[in-house]
Amino acid sequence: MRELSLNILDIVTNSIEAEASRVIIYIEELDRENIFRIRIRDNGRGMSRETQEKVLDPFITSRTTRSVGMGLSLLNQSARQSGGFVELNSEVGKGTTVTAEFRKNHLNRAPLGNIVETIVNLVISNMDVHFCYLHRTDSGYFSFDSFWIYARMVERACSIYEVAEPAREQIKKHLLAIRSSG
Amino acid sequence: MKTLADLRAIKEKAKQDMASREKTAKYRIIVSMGTCGIAAGARATMSAIIDELNKRNIKDAIVTQTGCLGYCDQEPMIQISQASKQTITYGKVTPEIAREIINGHVVNDKVLTNYVFNLS
Repeated sequence: MRELSLNILDIVTNSIEAEASRVIIYIEELDRENIFRIRIRDNGRGMSRETQEKVLDPFITSRTTRSVGMGLSLLNQSARQSGGFVELNSEVGKGTTVTAEFRKNHLNRAPLGNIVETIVNLVISNMDVHFCYLHRTDSGYFSFDSFWIYARMVERACSIYEVAEPAREQIKKHLLAIRSSG
Repeated sequence: MKTLADLRAIKEKAKQDMASREKTAKYRIIVSMGTCGIAAGARATMSAIIDELNKRNIKDAIVTQTGCLGYCDQEPMIQISQASKQTITYGKVTPEIAREIINGHVVNDKVLTNYVFNLS
């Protein structure tokens, strides 16, 4: 994947396939500590210890375990190539937390890319899922909740597609305010 | 300034809207968003669909996503399903083709056979 925001879309798609009703996407860009961290937490059906041990390895992951594909192993490879790692925390029936950590200034670290498109498309195409997107840098912090999109849709009595552009603008404004470098 | 009660009311209203949308929607547009789909550009394809639905003020279509459909070389793929009709699968759907499909299939109710991928 050329952008980490595409990996995020991929991992959250796993959450949705695992029937999550709530997904939290947390991004931290810490210059002082030279860390770029992505954490995705869902309340989906979770993975057994056995599955957890398999999903990070692209050669062991089998298609018959339909709930997970290549996504996590790609993220793992990407993290390891930039001096980082992926950590899984999952409990059957409770949910999964995926943490990917990268050396922020590592040459091999892919840029975050178009996170705005990732978030807005996820909200619009999964209206039964509650999303919360949190983003922190050394200069600040914001959160964007899928509720923002619904509230605007209700208040203006318009279709959800009309809210896509205002939502993108809103997130862009937030990113600018915390000086996200991606 | 909104009170908690206002927020609850909005949430309730949004829920009702979604439920009625789900019931009245004529078309379900499903974008394949597995790793293969995403790598092939499915995110931009979905953005084009959302943009086109907005531009044409289409209210009876729902966009959703699914995982890999099992034909990774045909990605990005989308499916359009309608009650009591066969689900149509389109392959190699670039953003431009997605706009064409919305205009042909959703607006004019005509299947664009040259982009159809036959699942067999």
